[in-house]
Amino acid sequence: MTDVPVPRHIPDRLDKPLSSAIFSWEALLVVVAIAIFAINSFASPYFLDPYSLSDLTFNFTEKGLIAFAMALLIISGEIDLSVAAIIALASTMMGMAVQAGAGTPVLVLIGIGVGLGCGAFNGLLVTRLGLPSIVVTIGTMSLFRGIAFIILGDQAYKGYPESFAFFGQGYVWWVVSFELVLFLIAAVVYWFVLHRTSFGRRVFAIGNNPIAAQFSGVRVGRTKFILFCLTGLMSGIASVLITSRLGSTRPSIAQGYELEVITMVVLGGVSILGGAGSIVGVVLAALIMGLVTFGLGLLNVPGIVMSIFIGLLLIIVIALPIVWRRLRGRRLA
Amino acid sequence: MKALLKYREIWLLAAIAVLIGLISTRFPAFADPGNLRQVFNDTSILMILALGQMVVILTRSIDLSMASNLCFTGMVVAMLNAAHPAIPIPLLIVIALAVGLVLGAINGLLVWRLNIPSIVVTLGTLTIYRGATFVISGGAWVNADKMSPDFIGFQRAALLGIPVLSWIAMLVIALFFVLMTRTALGRSIYAIGVNPTASVYTGIDVGRTKFIVFCISGMIGGLAGYLWISRYVIASVEVANGYELNIIAACVIGGISIAGGIGSVGGAVLGALFLGIISNALPVINISPFWQMAISGSAIILAVVLNARGERQQGRIILRKVEAA
Repeated sequence: MTDVPVPRHIPDRLDKPLSSAIFSWEALLVVVAIAIFAINSFASPYFLDPYSLSDLTFNFTEKGLIAFAMALLIISGEIDLSVAAIIALASTMMGMAVQAGAGTPVLVLIGIGVGLGCGAFNGLLVTRLGLPSIVVTIGTMSLFRGIAFIILGDQAYKGYPESFAFFGQGYVWWVVSFELVLFLIAAVVYWFVLHRTSFGRRVFAIGNNPIAAQFSGVRVGRTKFILFCLTGLMSGIASVLITSRLGSTRPSIAQGYELEVITMVVLGGVSILGGAGSIVGVVLAALIMGLVTFGLGLLNVPGIVMSIFIGLLLIIVIALPIVWRRLRGRRLA
Repeated sequence: MKALLKYREIWLLAAIAVLIGLISTRFPAFADPGNLRQVFNDTSILMILALGQMVVILTRSIDLSMASNLCFTGMVVAMLNAAHPAIPIPLLIVIALAVGLVLGAINGLLVWRLNIPSIVVTLGTLTIYRGATFVISGGAWVNADKMSPDFIGFQRAALLGIPVLSWIAMLVIALFFVLMTRTALGRSIYAIGVNPTASVYTGIDVGRTKFIVFCISGMIGGLAGYLWISRYVIASVEVANGYELNIIAACVIGGISIAGGIGSVGGAVLGALFLGIISNALPVINISPFWQMAISGSAIILAVVLNARGERQQGRIILRKVEAA
């Protein structure tokens, strides 16, 4: 009967009942992915073949790599529209290096370095000058690709060394491509960083309330700067992969990728307003987008019509839980 | 004089004057009134589009689907004209406005009724509308030889020595000026951008107003669709691909804050003119057109740096956002 304060147990993580796991965003995505997979296998006899499934992965690995970093960036409340332009600039720089006689290791370093530099430039403008990232990166999107156009005009760089082709065309084991392995490693690394480290917690904190995060001792500016650098870095890596896969560079390379990457991230359940999201969701969304485009491709559906499906998928998957919640709420009331 | 310098339109006007001055040192005929009239006419479509985008951005939203809307509506009117050349042009324009309105209303409904962020909605409809253009056209082009002479000639006809296209742009500018400065709707658009929560307490229906601005940007997209197709006399799936970013760029250069609430009709028009002058001037002063993209990119970054300085002395937002339902 004494009023000894019982030390309250504060759990590291809130308990997740099974029902919330079943109705989670990721579960919805798994269902969608399985459905599309099943439809694909019925629709085309060529789908369920290890080699076609291996080709399928190329549809999402490059964009997916960027999507991981973009997910963190969007969770923190910022966005980067310049990722495709970074790919173009990094690829152009690699092309220039090839003309100067650079070997494969130098090319990879240049690609990744240019990506990192571009990301740091975005990050500096956003964090040092306090500018809105959506406008800054619309500007740098024109600037980076514009530089690629100035250098290349209507020309193309070719003649990449043979050993350079491994990154985009090589297989590690049987049908498992180097790109897929890289994608899976990146998925694990980003999952760990976002969901198991204090850095990840800070990213969520900033996205939910940057001012509160600041007062809690989170270096908001520095964290965001790191995220912009990461996004640039991943774009640089993607640039190496794409350039290696295509074997040539044009200034229009990877045009429109930024919107596909963002679609992937949003489809993966990352809130475009920041503060919520998971890497598992992004992986599933990447898989779904790969399945949709590849399946429709096997059915000879032109790419532009596929984009209708991607757009519809984006809106429907976002709208569905909202409509469902509203209908349920009405029944309760 | 000091009060005058506070207006960013004055600065923009000065920047444009300096730009024209610089260009005319290399190519004197550029500053010729006849040529400037030509530049205005060339920029008309971008100005109209920038105004449509402006009202959306003012409410803290964004419409990424305008260029796709333009592409779709342009294809609809081009195919209508190819199939039924007898339809008079004014009726075609009304049809273009109506088709654009429907596309805009779809965006608006999703934003209003389902509360989905506008950037997500219009990212989706950006690809859907362009894909739909492919579906209705089957991937085919509508070329100049399939369009009626009236369809192509209407905007080129001179009225008092000025092409109809320029007149349409001036009419749209005037309408937007009245809308933004003389109507309750214009005031609510600004109010929502400055403080959505306070707007709700003032009795403004935020959701409905957002729906209306998307209808406006949709109609503008539709109108621009007809104007674009009849100007460049080809309708295809590739029309205005990626142009949505040029439209936003014009707004940003014109001093319209992406955070909402700040911006003016004059700013949007001058921002578009700034980009129009650059794209017109590059070929005549012998700079490769490949420079244009990097130059407008730098202009955007410069503009947003300057904008941020102007906006910094705002007060703190005391009220946090409240569910506007």
